[in-house]
Formats: sequence, structure tokens, C-alpha cells
Amino acid sequence: MAQEAPAGDLRLADVTKRFGVFTAVDDLSLTVPQGSFFALLGASGCGKTTTLRMIAGLEAPTSGRVLLGDRDITGLRPYKRPVNTVFQSYALFPHLDIHENVAFGLRRRGIRKVGEQVERMLALVQLDGYGRRRPAQLSGGQQQRVALARALINHPQMLLLDEPLGALDLKLRRQMQIELKRIQAEVGITFLHVTHDQEEAMWMADTVAVMNAGRIEQLGAPADIYEYPASPFVANFLGQSNLIEAEVSGHDADDLLVTGHGYRFATPLERARSRQGPVWLGVRPEKLHLVADRTRVPDGRNAVSGVLTDICYAGVSTEFLLRTAWGQEMSVFTANNDPDARLVPGVEVTAHWHPRHSFVLPRDDSAGDDADGSATRPGATGGGRADGSPADGGVGVPPQRLEAAT
Amino acid sequence: MRRWLADRWVMGVALLVLGYLTLPILVVAGLSFNRPSSRLSYDFNEFTLDNWARPCATADMCDAVVRSMEIGLIATVVSTVLGTLMAFALVRHGFRGRSGINGLIFLPMATPELVMGTSLLALFVAAGVPQGFWTIVIAHVMFCVSFVVVTVKARLAGMDRRLEEAAMDLYASEWQTFRRITLPLVLPGIVAAALLAFSLSFDDFIITNFNAGTTVTFPMYVWGAAQRGIPPQVNVIGTAMFVIALLLVGASSLRGRRARRAALAVLATPAGKP
Repeated sequence: MAQEAPAGDLRLADVTKRFGVFTAVDDLSLTVPQGSFFALLGASGCGKTTTLRMIAGLEAPTSGRVLLGDRDITGLRPYKRPVNTVFQSYALFPHLDIHENVAFGLRRRGIRKVGEQVERMLALVQLDGYGRRRPAQLSGGQQQRVALARALINHPQMLLLDEPLGALDLKLRRQMQIELKRIQAEVGITFLHVTHDQEEAMWMADTVAVMNAGRIEQLGAPADIYEYPASPFVANFLGQSNLIEAEVSGHDADDLLVTGHGYRFATPLERARSRQGPVWLGVRPEKLHLVADRTRVPDGRNAVSGVLTDICYAGVSTEFLLRTAWGQEMSVFTANNDPDARLVPGVEVTAHWHPRHSFVLPRDDSAGDDADGSATRPGATGGGRADGSPADGGVGVPPQRLEAAT
Repeated sequence: MRRWLADRWVMGVALLVLGYLTLPILVVAGLSFNRPSSRLSYDFNEFTLDNWARPCATADMCDAVVRSMEIGLIATVVSTVLGTLMAFALVRHGFRGRSGINGLIFLPMATPELVMGTSLLALFVAAGVPQGFWTIVIAHVMFCVSFVVVTVKARLAGMDRRLEEAAMDLYASEWQTFRRITLPLVLPGIVAAALLAFSLSFDDFIITNFNAGTTVTFPMYVWGAAQRGIPPQVNVIGTAMFVIALLLVGASSLRGRRARRAALAVLATPAGKP
């Protein structure tokens, strides 16, 4: 089956890494296609950096295999692997100048004439003329580019980037994101980018793997993951989601019908990951429309009513917080092109959305999962247009399985 | 006037303290150019360059200096190598009893020299080891090692492990990583430790005196000579050592300043794009 993989694909096969009793990476299998820009996204402590270090050879897996193309590199020392890393802190050699930092990998492989290659690489990262300086004399962004040049000059089969932009300020980070994409397109090397910044992952990568507690929760193109998340964790780690507790009540030809807190919601069958029992009904905040008059909700739309509790103006958009009768706060993003003056805090409003924008996720009813207080209140009043009084202060986010995995 | 005093009294105190520290050295330097009127006289009698022209006029003294240098060099090399290896082990490897050994390292520094000298002597006598040149070396290595370990450890602990990982990631084998990255970065600490070890060994008197047998080091010679009248050449050796040390310190700080200035010059020249 290894023959099926094209030459340069990286494959992790059932990789597990334990540190004492703590399992950092849990039976992970993953294929990173050659030439792709692949992002490993997750909160700190989710195992993404450990995964990267196992690929680099700086950490040995407890079990499982790491394959590059057809080659098993699991037991190979780091300096024997055709893989280079850009470290989070850059790890430039402080006692060597920029030229020697960049030339380091070539020299270790016995290449004598490095000058021309180093110059070309420094030009690629727009640092020509900086060769004689020491790392300490460069700014953070420049050091970052040196680290990149130092890795790329070796023409690795794969470049590993460990939160490479974490130490930069926002503007510089944007700039470097664009530059990294440009360089990746130019050199065509597989980039494996580890980050906790979901925006960065979506922006840069063509494939994103969302990691949680040592496992991959979902893998796919950024738009696919965003539009149809696989789990409550993904729904709230990659952007925000409004998740409403519901039960499947049946379905018609195209749509799954669910009931929650007295409301009925429709979702296309192909956007339901569970077709029975307890579920989460999810919808992204920007898919919601707000109307002050409930009778103006178009036919065939899902709708939820509540009281506006807060309005946060963010320039490009406004976020409205809507408190439902059962105390859940739903978030609604509206572009600031046609503000409705009637939408002020305290007003009763209805949020509605097209069924095709909903998604349905299985809901684990077991204890612990509902520990955040959003548990269903038995016999919740129908209609939801009641008084809007703050109920039990539940929050709209489902429990994120973010176990103190630090 | 009061304002003037208020602004300058700190400087005045500083100058006084500085004078207190340097005056004895200046006296030694001055006496090295003295032709004493008698053997036991420390008065400044007459200016002469004789002492500097013939520092080895007293043969025993120069023998003692050479012996101290030999002991110092051997003790420095042995203790620097041992201490550096110990520092690496203590910083880089977790093993049972590490914290205990970390405490033990401080023991020779905290123990009064008198205690160390007598206990070593007792040990050598009990073991039937004849005292002499090599027992002095052993004694010196023993107390120098602690200082080397502490100095190198401090440098090593401040070093980022990721630099070594980065080197390995860039095709450097374990040995190349040590040779190209670890050693150059730790070297200033090792050099400092070696200089410290040499100076500790060179001027140690108490421990040496207990374990020397019939061997005479320079400090022991000076001590002995003080009873009979110190030959003025002793001041020459003292002054020369002080000047050499001063030159070493001056050269290293000059190098640092020149490197900084070069760095600034590089920063000032416009180079390519920002």
C-alpha cells in the first residue's frame, strides 16, 4: 500500500507519543501530500508541536511509524532526515553571522562553495546585504526570514514551521503570511505549518487539520471545515458557532427536522452528521439575520427569538448578542452596510437563517459534557418568545473538550 | 557650595575606596624599584632598575615562581577539563543524586581552607602518600574544580537547547553540533573558569603549606622570606603579575568594545532593503 503514495508524501501511521502518563499524541494517522501547504491547528498542549518534532526527529514516537514517501524515517537521527525546521524562537546561532547561519546546513553536508547559494537565498527572503550582521542586530521579522532561509537553502523535501509567526506583531505577521505563501508557491516544497491561530491556518493552508487532545478532530480544506465542522470543538475552535441543543424529530425528503427548546429547525440531510437522538444544531453567526418584527421572517427559514443584550461595533461588522428564553447567548454578525436603528439593547428580536446554513452534530448526552450549565431544562417553555428573563445563565458554547492538556 | 558638595560626595567616597584598594599594590610597585638599605628594611631608599634587570638574582625565588606556574598550569588544565565535564553532566543529564552532588560542589568553597588543608594532610599520611609536588597538584585540583563547575554551569544553563536541536536539524551530527555550536557558546565560561582556577592555584598558601612536603611554591617562599627579609625581587614578581592581569582584562574589554563599535558601524551603513 506504500506504493500508492506518490514519492514525497509524508505519512504518520498510528503514531503515539507518551511523556510518562501524559499522552501527547494519541494514535495519530495523517497524510501530508507532497507540495501542499498543510496546517496543524490546535490549542497549546494539543500535541501539534510534538507531532512536528517527531517528524523532524527531535522526539521519538512511543509507537507508530513516520514515513516519507516509501522510506521509513521513524528511527532516523534528525540530521539524516531530508526535513528542515523553522523554530518558534528561530534558534539562530548567535555566534555566527547571517551568512554563516544560512550556510550552516550546506557546510555540514560538506559543500564548500556556498556563497552564491546563500546570496540567492537571502535575496529570496529579501535580506540581501545582511550577510555580515549578527542575529542580535536584526529585528524579529528579519530573524524570522533568516530562519526560513537557513532551512530552505537545503532544499528539504519538507519544511516544518513551528508557530513561526507567533512572536511577531499583527502587521508584520500579515506581511509574513503573504510572504510565506509566495515563497511556498515559488519553491514548491511541502510546508507543514503548526499554529494555534485559526485565522492564520485558514488564510495560508490548503489543508487544515484541527487537533485536540492528541487527535485530529477534522481534516480538510479551510472552507469545508468552516462550513461543515465535524465536532463541537471544531465548530468553536475554527471561528465561532451557535450550537443549540436539540433532538431529532424526523425528516422529510431533503431535510432533517430537529426540535429544541420548543423550536423546530430544518437542516439538509447532507449537512447532518447524526440522524437520531440528541444533537447540536449549529449555525455560524454571520449566517444569521436579525429582524425586529417576527412576522417578517420569510417562509421556510429557521428562526430563534430573544432579547438583544449587547451590541459590539467592530468597524467592518457588528456583533449582536441575543439572549434566548432558555438563557443561551447567541451571536450574530452583521455587516455594517445598512444598520437597523431599531436594533438596540433590550429589544426583542428574531434571528433567522436558511436551513442550508445549519449543520447537525451528534450530541454526547453523557455526564460531564454538559458541565457548562447549558443543560436542557426539563419542560422548557415553547415559543421562546416569553419574557426573555435571564434563565440559568447558560452560555451558548458547548463544552470544548479542552482538558487541561498543557 | 553645599550643592557642589551634595553632587560630588558619592564620587569622593568612591575615590577614597578606590585608593584604599590600590594603595597596597602601588606600594609593592614602588618598592620593586627600591634599593633597600638593609635586608629587613621596607623604607624607600634609592631608585634603581636593578631588581627589574635581574629578577632572578635570588635563585630560590625564581625556582619557586616556576614551580607555582607548573602547579598552576597542571591544576588548571585538570580542573577545567574535569569541572567542565561535571558541569555538562549536572546541567544536561537527570540522574539520581544530582541535587546532592550540586550541594557537594559547594562544599570545598564553603569549607575553611585550614580544615581542608589538615584533612588532606591526614588523608595523605594515612594513605602513605609522600607529600610534594603532586600532592599540591591534587589539593589544588580539588578546590579549583568547584569553581570551574559553578562557572561553566552558569554559562551552560543560560544556553538555549533549541540551538543544538536546530544544528542537528541542519545536518550536524552530535559531534559537529558540540564542536560548532555548544563549545563556542560555552567557551567564554570555560575560559573564565580556567583563569579563575589558575589564579586560585597560584596564590594558595594554607592548603599548599600543609601538603607541600619539602616543595616550595612562590607564596610559601614569600612567607618564608618575610621572616628573614624579603628580597626586593619579590616586589618585581608581584608587580609584573599585577600588570599582566591588568593587560589581560584591558585587552578583553577593549575587544568587547571594538566588537560593539563594529556592530554599530554595520547598523549605521544602509544595506539593501529593510
